[in-house]
Amino acid sequence: MKTAQASKRHPWLSIHSFLLMAFIYIPVLLIIVFSFNDSRMSTSWSGFTWKWYSTLFDNRTVMEALSNSLTIAFTSTIISTVLGTMAALAIRKMQNRGKQGVIGLLYMPIVVPDIIMGLSLLILFSQLKMDLGKMTVIIAHITFSISYVYVIVSSRLANMGKQLEEAANDLGASSWQTFRFVTLPSIWPGVIAGALIAFTLSIDDFMISFFVSGPNSTTLPIYIYGSVKRGISPEINALCTIMIVVSVMLIILAQWLLGRGKSDKEKGGSLLPF
Amino acid sequence: MNKRSFGVLAPVVLWLSFFMVIPMLAVIFVSFMQRDNLGNIVWTFSLDNYARFFEPLYLGIYWDTIWLSVLTTVFCLLLSYPLAYYMTTLGPKAQKFWLIGITVPFWINFLIRTYAWIILLRTQGVVNSLLMDIGLISEPLQMLYTQGAVLLGMVYTFIPYMVLPIYVSLEQMDKRLLEASSDLGASRWRSFWHITLPQTKSGMMTGSVLVFVTTTGMFVVADILGGAKSQMISNIIQNQFLGARDWPFGSALSVIFVISSLVIIGLFNRALRSSYDSSKEAKA
Repeated sequence: MKTAQASKRHPWLSIHSFLLMAFIYIPVLLIIVFSFNDSRMSTSWSGFTWKWYSTLFDNRTVMEALSNSLTIAFTSTIISTVLGTMAALAIRKMQNRGKQGVIGLLYMPIVVPDIIMGLSLLILFSQLKMDLGKMTVIIAHITFSISYVYVIVSSRLANMGKQLEEAANDLGASSWQTFRFVTLPSIWPGVIAGALIAFTLSIDDFMISFFVSGPNSTTLPIYIYGSVKRGISPEINALCTIMIVVSVMLIILAQWLLGRGKSDKEKGGSLLPF
Repeated sequence: MNKRSFGVLAPVVLWLSFFMVIPMLAVIFVSFMQRDNLGNIVWTFSLDNYARFFEPLYLGIYWDTIWLSVLTTVFCLLLSYPLAYYMTTLGPKAQKFWLIGITVPFWINFLIRTYAWIILLRTQGVVNSLLMDIGLISEPLQMLYTQGAVLLGMVYTFIPYMVLPIYVSLEQMDKRLLEASSDLGASRWRSFWHITLPQTKSGMMTGSVLVFVTTTGMFVVADILGGAKSQMISNIIQNQFLGARDWPFGSALSVIFVISSLVIIGLFNRALRSSYDSSKEAKA
């Protein structure tokens, strides 16, 4: 079988694929490389340095943006994880026609383009006379994170089946006991993975935050956007590198949590943002 | 549904109704309103915002946006298909490795991935200095802040969105058909053209819709790589809300944007279904 597969592979196909992968990764790797470059000009290599990282930590605006991003991410993650998990649990019990409607509602934040979600929330907040700030950004992040937590937790619930809970029920466990000692332990990895995704989405979000943040709630992506429009700098390279490393690590962790106990095939690509 | 599970569901339904459904309805509502000189919304009904869309300036930008999205989709499709195909010819271990390779970019902020192209394309950038070092050019080329840079940035951003759906449909296709056609003496190219390509249409369609719709809404790439010269409809929308403060007009453009996306998705689905039906007929 293996030889049959290999014979299907034309050399040009391999060359194309390797070049395309290089095309995808080289620009990102350049940011990382230049964040350690001694020279201010990101053109040629002139020696290794950590200095851009240390100037980053002395930069008050960056530290403020970092603290805003973390506050927003932690708050929105906790609330959206609770709400999304509750939704997944409740929807599983539903049988009536309302089920499709509720699922449709939960998919809305994933389907609606970011720009539309951002500006529609801006309209809402301004009509409610709410000042734009951390609060409005947190609300916006909860709104889109709920959906992703729901999707992840409900797929975990679907995999788990109902036999265990039915057994607990038959043995006389109350519905709270069943939830606490049977359901919750089995979906726990999914809940944590959902929370990690929600956290990453919040830390990374630019489009929606851009519409609903105020002068005192600049997040890291909004700061990066502002600096990028003014040109390139090694400090921004360092900041981008940190963000790349953190997001990728969080996602690997979430993927690992979800992948435990699943076959190899199911593991791949289960954390797609759509 | 019993009382308890209603209590569990209610918070989410309320939250999403209030922060998702109502704001969307508000956009439609505001799109029929007017504004005063200070940028406040004036609550009188009018169709002026929709009429304004048909001014040559906005129609032109709209057309440019559609054209850029079409080009991005076509380039993504042409570049991604061979990669997805290559992945399916690999062994399970290597396949998993490539799959992770194509998934990771989803989780690297697109702002950062766009920024990377400034480092590459600017006048004193990596590409220009490379080309000058090997003597291909003597003067740096103006690559940044051009339409080409925007297209490049878009294709770069959306390739993973195209690879994955195609890969999934290649994985799911009935491989016995390929063996049958090769047993019957069809060349590899012929088998690919008549069996593989039609069977992976749904993956190509899914990827295309995803890339097309997302490109249309992505103002950041045009903003960063295209400079002031390049305007997409999403840049205009963003500017109506955060710069020009004409929310009713921005809302009308948003409504038009959503409706045209839905029409395009509908057309794609229809094409997909009709091709599926005709292939079923052919089998029968």
